Amino acid sequence: MCLGIPGQITAITDPTRMMAMAEVSGVRREVNVAPIVTGALEDVVGKWALIHVGFAMAEIDEDEAAKTLEALRGLGEAQETLEAMAAGDAALEGRA
Amino acid sequence: MNMMRLKQDTVTLAHGGGGKAMRDLIESVFTSVFQPDGMEDQARLMDAALQEPGARLAFTTDSFVVDPVEFPGGDIGKIAVCGTVNDLAVGGAKPLWLSAAFIIEEGTEIALLRRIVESMRIEAEKAGVRIVTGDTKVVGRGCADKVFITTSGVGVIPAGRTLSADRIQEGDVAIVNGVLGDHGAAILAARGDMMLSTDIQSDCQGLGHLMQAVCAAADVRACRDATRGGVASALNEMAEACGLAIEIEETALPLRTEVKGVCEILGLDPLYLANEGTLVLFVPEDQAEAALAAMKSTEAGQGACIIGKAKKGPKGQVTMRTLFGGARIVDMLVGEQLPRIC
Amino acid sequence: MKYAEEFRDPKAARAALDAIARVCDQIGATAENPVRIMEICGGHTHAIFRYGLDKLTHPGIEFIHGPGCPVCVLPMSRVDECVQLAEQPNVIFTTFGDAMRVPGTRKSLLQAKADGADIRMVYSPLDALELARRNPDKEVIFFGLGFETTTPSTALSIQQASREGLTNFTVFCNHITVPPPIKALLDDPHMKLDGFVGPGHVSMVIGTHPYDFIADDYGKPIVVAGFEPLDLLQSVLMVLEQIRDGKATVQNQYARVVPEHGNPVSIAAINDVYEQRPSFEWRGLGEIDHSGLRIRDTYKAFDAEEKFGIGYATGARSVQEPEGCECGAVMTGRMKPTQCPMFGKGCTPEMPLGALMVSSEGACAAYYQYGGARAVEAAE
Repeated sequence: MCLGIPGQITAITDPTRMMAMAEVSGVRREVNVAPIVTGALEDVVGKWALIHVGFAMAEIDEDEAAKTLEALRGLGEAQETLEAMAAGDAALEGRA
Repeated sequence: MNMMRLKQDTVTLAHGGGGKAMRDLIESVFTSVFQPDGMEDQARLMDAALQEPGARLAFTTDSFVVDPVEFPGGDIGKIAVCGTVNDLAVGGAKPLWLSAAFIIEEGTEIALLRRIVESMRIEAEKAGVRIVTGDTKVVGRGCADKVFITTSGVGVIPAGRTLSADRIQEGDVAIVNGVLGDHGAAILAARGDMMLSTDIQSDCQGLGHLMQAVCAAADVRACRDATRGGVASALNEMAEACGLAIEIEETALPLRTEVKGVCEILGLDPLYLANEGTLVLFVPEDQAEAALAAMKSTEAGQGACIIGKAKKGPKGQVTMRTLFGGARIVDMLVGEQLPRIC
Repeated sequence: MKYAEEFRDPKAARAALDAIARVCDQIGATAENPVRIMEICGGHTHAIFRYGLDKLTHPGIEFIHGPGCPVCVLPMSRVDECVQLAEQPNVIFTTFGDAMRVPGTRKSLLQAKADGADIRMVYSPLDALELARRNPDKEVIFFGLGFETTTPSTALSIQQASREGLTNFTVFCNHITVPPPIKALLDDPHMKLDGFVGPGHVSMVIGTHPYDFIADDYGKPIVVAGFEPLDLLQSVLMVLEQIRDGKATVQNQYARVVPEHGNPVSIAAINDVYEQRPSFEWRGLGEIDHSGLRIRDTYKAFDAEEKFGIGYATGARSVQEPEGCECGAVMTGRMKPTQCPMFGKGCTPEMPLGALMVSSEGACAAYYQYGGARAVEAAE
């Protein structure tokens, strides 16, 4: 039961039932935001959340997302460094 | 247009009885629109192209049962005309004449019928075809879902033109005329079960003019319209028929952002979504540029692009190179694609 | 698509695959002597095959497909009970699409629908609630299927139904929990596993601490992973690094969505509405203690088992698996789909014998659909 997709909350639609409009790539669906409300209901508007079976289950932490992407990019840089080092070694040994 | 007024708002069994009520319905709703000068039960027709040596008659039929009958981007009438026009066109024929048979459920609003017929008139005119004969039946409540339409179509294939999947050769490229899956996504959203709201419209359109243009510009080996089962099914049928493998590129598939969104939410694969105005054709690689240019010169071909090519083996298999250069099989659809939450 | 497409970048994938290969070499993992990593969750199985990750990663990695597919572990008797409920007059039976094609003893829900039962596919239990509101003269039953990811949604819906005083809405509860079957697998002396890729969306609800026992008591590393291909690759890398360094801890790769302590609102709703059953039957694994949930007496009015006298409320009957079906063995990683004698012969997506060929995230369906069974050369 894993199909969740990031969506943005755009407006509150029914405060008594904690329903709001979420948008995913231009597709809109009303979702229940109870799991992500920590203070005032209106505060969720504009936030990104993981949408699953009609509920906003978790708020997406922008900092953590950036950190994960950073780490992934770091792998790319590490790879480039290793390749540069290997090329350097090869040049030294006259293999290049 | 002399539109005779009818007494009722909805279709009743009397309208199917063969008597005056039925004649009035047919005249008011159908013939006055399709054949204002009068319509016979049998159309007697001739077209000079049929008499050309080597020309062949193309003949096709299809039934249309779409639910809902009216959806964003069209209605069952539009599909009924475009579907049969396209069936003729993808076989290399110039579509000429259509028949239209209606099975109408008791209780259907006549205003709905008029809208459907108007859609058909517009599409027929766009495609350059005439609706020359037809039939009407009325069935009891619950025995049909508002309207079922069957259209048959006749066209002419010029001498020397043969479009057939077994003509596809290794190295030929696969081209589509635009974005994939719009119709399937629009219908899914319109049915309302998933409570999604989008601006996606069906891609329903006639492909006759596009086919005329591309067949004149390049050696089109084969062509299929990607209706039920989507582009994946069309490709599988073609691979099966020519005994080659077809490889497509995930990064080359043209998709509307919203269609991607619907697919992500519901766990669907856009390759299997139905289309009503999208085709896939094969041309030799060195004629691809010419084919694309010809397609882009028509209204229906603005988004034309190459999505893959035919390769040696394994026989009949369709594969897709993923974003990362990995590969996966694009199999024939089994049953219906159901939304999933896993 | 924000927060999705960035995690599908092919360049970063290439780098991650290279890093994985390096660590595999450092460990000395080969195709003959692989590192065995279990991805617990069916959604991860699906993603691995959809993106061809099993073929792109170093041959020294063997993915063992875990039991985290709630449709796959559904015993046939429960499907029969669904059909039984759906065939009652005046009932609207609502379910997720995933469950529609699973064969029961007599028929699947899809077949029952064709035979005239009012069975409707819904995207959310909230849609089932709405059906109940709009059809006061009908009994609306929602098939509550899934692990902890989906459990809170059903719980919150039941709470909403209770607030509104609905009298025609019940849930047929088949919710199950992830930790118990993992423990059962770890206790199985025949299972050899080196590490785990943990279920990202289950964890968004329950947090990461429920997996502490895997590291602390069994000494295996587990990395909670997201569902995009880069998430999976990064998680596999993290598991391999732990194995290389002789570590066994719980790590959270999916920190942008998974909070360490889970979601308080969801956890509270689950505890309010549900309690553990003493044991629950899992297809292929048999009865597992404290692995299934039932609706508490306080919400009895919304329990389909109570209202219709079915299932565990009346004493479960166990149903024999069909002849030749090896779903149990495949699901617990003891057998690969291609090793099942029925795979592709007596059992295909068109004529499935068991749930693993039917469920979109079942290992057999993934193998069949995406080509694990057939040789697909990655294009040059």
